[in-house]
Amino acid sequence: MTNFVTAAWPWYVAGPAIGLFVPALLILGNRVFGVSSSLRHLCSAIVPSRVEYFRYDWRRTGLWNLLFVAGILIGGFLAAHWGETRNIAISEQTRLALARLHVHDFSGLAPREVFTWSALLTVKGFISVILGGFLVGFGTAYAGGCTSGHAISGLADLQSPSLIAVVGFFAGGLIATHFLLPLFL
Amino acid sequence: MSVPQATNQTASGDRQAQPWIALSAYLLLGVCFGITLTKSEVLSWFRIQEMLRFQSPRMYEIIASAVAVAAASVAFIRRLGLKTVSGEPITIPPKSLGRGIRYAVGGTIFGLGWTLTGACPGPLFALVGNGVTVMIAAIASALVGTWLYGLIRPRLPQ
Repeated sequence: MTNFVTAAWPWYVAGPAIGLFVPALLILGNRVFGVSSSLRHLCSAIVPSRVEYFRYDWRRTGLWNLLFVAGILIGGFLAAHWGETRNIAISEQTRLALARLHVHDFSGLAPREVFTWSALLTVKGFISVILGGFLVGFGTAYAGGCTSGHAISGLADLQSPSLIAVVGFFAGGLIATHFLLPLFL
Repeated sequence: MSVPQATNQTASGDRQAQPWIALSAYLLLGVCFGITLTKSEVLSWFRIQEMLRFQSPRMYEIIASAVAVAAASVAFIRRLGLKTVSGEPITIPPKSLGRGIRYAVGGTIFGLGWTLTGACPGPLFALVGNGVTVMIAAIASALVGTWLYGLIRPRLPQ
């Protein structure tokens, strides 16, 4: 129990903990657990322009979501500072597969060869961060949700659109893993 | 995710102005979620790769147990007819299926981005908190992507 604070949580703690955000948000204010609508609310708040999709009262429908997202950032900071830094204990097979893709630094949460400001203007940094971020923003808006909204909230409510979206998530994930990453990493 | 549709704003968004105490509760829940994303390691590019290469059951166990707990909770809320803390009946607006194109195509596009960044939207924010500050650029780029979607939405098949 003492290393519960410092060590990674086992799946049977992590999964149920994530699932509990669905009833917590419903009971708190009828809010459906989901993160990607924060991107829409931010667009609406910053540059609504004349685009109809962004012309709504974001304070009324989205302020809770923006605060939730601000909390996520703070929570990440707190968790990073009370635990000891450690490597992610991925399987040896994954380590070998990634080494073949020229990923050699396994410290931290993401490969440091790719996810640093200084790597942003390299091909692999630009594709991973800028193109990847763009596709996340476009794809979640088009699909109307991300992992939290579709894979957790939607599947938990047995909604068929969410099942289609989740199949899409994994289709895109497998394509990127097996056909795109080898091209630029 | 419940992306509010411009047309049903008044129907589903008919909620009282939020007092600061309710809003701070969302902030606090967000803090808990950021801690959960970090301690569960689901925000790690390495874990996403391990999952997509089917080399560990961990991510699947996490997602499956999260869905199971969420589903049981929703069923429990419905069975007991629970209300929100302010006394409203709890409702989950259904997503309209339409032709399903937006879910299949949008989902696949998101899946590509999820794998390239190694992070979905929640983890992007949690990673910034964890010190992977370059993800600020990924979030900015995601905002551009969402904005562009809003611009060309009338011309996309739904």
